[in-house]
Amino acid sequence: MTQVDLPVAAPSRPVQHLDKNYINHSKGILSWLLTLDHKRIGLMYLVGISLSFFLGGLFAVAIRLELFAPGMQFMSAETYNQVFTLHGAVMVFLFIIPGIPAALGNVVLPLMLGAKDVAFPRLNLCSFYLWMGGAGFFVWTLFTSQLDTGWTFYTPYSTSNNNTAVISATFGVFLLGFSSIFTGLNFLVTIHKMRPPGMTWHKLPLFLWGMYGTAVMQILATPVLGITLLLLIMESTLGIGIFDPNKGGDPVLYQHFFWFYSHPAVYIMILPAMAVVSEVIAAFSRKHIFGYRMIAYSSVSIALLSFLVWGHHMFVSSESTLATLIFSAITFTIAIPSAIKVFNWLATLYKGSVALNTPMLYALGFIWLFTIGGLTGLFLAVLSTDVVLHDTYFVVAHFHYVMVGGTLFAFFAGLHYWWPKMTGKMYSEVSSRLGAIIAFVGFNLAFFPQFIMGSQGMPRRYADYKPDFEIYHQLSTVGTLTLGVGLAIVAYSLIRSLFSGPKAPANPWGSATIEWECPSPPPHHNFDHPPAATDPYDMERVEWDEEVGGFVPVVGYRPAAHH
Amino acid sequence: MSDAHGHGDKPFLAHHFEDEDHQFDAGKLGIWAFLVTEVLFFSGLFCAYAIYRSMHPDVFQFAANALDTKWGAINTAVLILSSLTAAWAVRNAQLGQKGLLCLNLFVTILCAFGFMGIKYQEYSHKFHYGIYPGKDNFAPMEGAFGDYKAEKVAFVVPGDDSTQDGEAAASGGAGEEAHAGDDHAAGDEGHEVLVKWDDPNIDPILKDKLKIFFGIYYCMTGLHGIHVLLGILVFMWLLSRAMRGHFTPTYYGPIDYAALYWHLVDLIWIYLFPLLYLIN
Repeated sequence: MTQVDLPVAAPSRPVQHLDKNYINHSKGILSWLLTLDHKRIGLMYLVGISLSFFLGGLFAVAIRLELFAPGMQFMSAETYNQVFTLHGAVMVFLFIIPGIPAALGNVVLPLMLGAKDVAFPRLNLCSFYLWMGGAGFFVWTLFTSQLDTGWTFYTPYSTSNNNTAVISATFGVFLLGFSSIFTGLNFLVTIHKMRPPGMTWHKLPLFLWGMYGTAVMQILATPVLGITLLLLIMESTLGIGIFDPNKGGDPVLYQHFFWFYSHPAVYIMILPAMAVVSEVIAAFSRKHIFGYRMIAYSSVSIALLSFLVWGHHMFVSSESTLATLIFSAITFTIAIPSAIKVFNWLATLYKGSVALNTPMLYALGFIWLFTIGGLTGLFLAVLSTDVVLHDTYFVVAHFHYVMVGGTLFAFFAGLHYWWPKMTGKMYSEVSSRLGAIIAFVGFNLAFFPQFIMGSQGMPRRYADYKPDFEIYHQLSTVGTLTLGVGLAIVAYSLIRSLFSGPKAPANPWGSATIEWECPSPPPHHNFDHPPAATDPYDMERVEWDEEVGGFVPVVGYRPAAHH
Repeated sequence: MSDAHGHGDKPFLAHHFEDEDHQFDAGKLGIWAFLVTEVLFFSGLFCAYAIYRSMHPDVFQFAANALDTKWGAINTAVLILSSLTAAWAVRNAQLGQKGLLCLNLFVTILCAFGFMGIKYQEYSHKFHYGIYPGKDNFAPMEGAFGDYKAEKVAFVVPGDDSTQDGEAAASGGAGEEAHAGDDHAAGDEGHEVLVKWDDPNIDPILKDKLKIFFGIYYCMTGLHGIHVLLGILVFMWLLSRAMRGHFTPTYYGPIDYAALYWHLVDLIWIYLFPLLYLIN
């Protein structure tokens, strides 16, 4: 561990770069494929989910181009069904669910704890290969090209026509589910058992609180998806009758089982996003996070409430009035912890020294888009309006605001925030900000018109539509292409930084969490000794150092009494 | 990278843990969390069981006659014995009793194989009578729902509000064929109706719904059986490690974790046995 170039530091100044870091400390393809290092596994995940995101994005563009004008443009209705199914399935199972926890979380979580690795490194690698296996089944399904059930695999669509693609795709999702469970289990144990000295639960960075809530949901909900898909496979191959009314079964039971997982899964997607935003907002406001405990507890309460609302997906599928009333009421209560978070972020921004770096642009975009997505969710939680809006583009717009506007933007916030730590390189703020702004504009152009056409009655999943809706579809398609251009700029900026970006200092943003105390990129073992934990949002603890080009700890700093 | 993951003098202590206790505690929390996922994994099946049994109680009561309580009970005893030896093995590891540890692990494996052997017998008996989990070849033959030796089945004709008396069917041995016939006759007067499997009085729709019971039966016992097979692999691995003397009073985590897993597998069977075999 020798120190290079920057700078001949005073003893108080931490090491900024190392000759040997986790990226170059061993060489050869096998040193990556068989690695137990959480950072390398995280990077491999990052490559994998980025490719999945690109694939899912291609399907999205194909959908939007097909819908540019009424009538069929360049694909058949059957092909359209397959394309939107694969778009949904690839995006949900291969990208959004593993996106933040598996890619960013794997790199950052142990670093934030000052730990050398996650609790179970082999299980971590196993998770990655399960993900690869699941992705492999999806790609195979792509080539057999028969999957047209929608990403939810609802019975009896999925069991009625001997569709072998359903079997391969659901087996893929089954593997992905176990990948997700093992990641969650690993993170749960790591957060419980590997905290550094002094890091009590109330000194846990909010990213870890969010990951903790996510892990609880992954452990408790995902197994139910596993057994549901197993039953679906049994139903398709053997005809055990469990979802078939002719044999005494009930297809709606599938919907209950599926949403018992998939509603918590919605929060598996959004909680990590909220967790990232809590870090980014505090760091770029240069201010202690407002309402730390409320944000932390709201993560856990969202995780628990998420198990009680699955029935709101079936308001119009033979649910009793009493059940719909209860599910509707509980769905409303989820708005409370979500709003607590939003208000606390806004209060953190208030009188902060806000720096509009790229991660912050995404985080601010997140607050805006998530608020729209969240509030429009209330329209769908109200029973009377849901009957009208069910299965329209209003629903499509709502969940894209939450998943893309929420999770994707937070994923980019986190990616840009931790990029210097992960890669040791700084990206160009100019091109990255440009990409972020174009993506934000494109996203709104793509999905806001869908609220309008949905409320006017445009049904989702249709390959064709009446000419009345043409203008909204055209705006939406133009918006999608704009979003694509924005994301291409983002990708260009990040990839370019790998080759020609300046070296990143250990702490470029002035954050106070532990991961910024090790050099960029970190060495193989992260920390020689677990650093002592302090208040993770005490921004006074670090100060700008011109010579280093980043933030360094204040020498002899004593925290103010009130924190 | 595994070469960098040791502590030198303590070959099984991973580099990112402070000491053996730390590693043990992390593993223990991990296995408990895993067991929670297992419970939820099976919960879908138990939930489906509860729903369909409440929807079709008559189908479940009748179909359960095809299961052999005696072999189910023996299998329960075999699994409980193996749970005992697994727990004992943990104690042996804690006390450093290598010989007893190996013996107890061996007996655990033996019991697991015994369980699977009996399961194999039960499955093949059902296949013999045409009770397959498949959609096209599901065709129970006469005799499938009686005692092993009794070529007799019983079923409640729909519309009769009397509850199914399964014991009558189960005890309807070879010598009581005439007696069952009497019951059939008595049914015409508003009492229980016992009929033969191929009796035209059996409602063909209900007959078709027998698939739902056997679908759940094969899924639950099959998934449980897969867990037993995985347990066998784990215990074989542990036995080979135990024979090489890997386990010490400070390092016995894997035995403890495997035993916990095995207790859960045992526990699930303890629920499956009454829910499937002892319905009557």
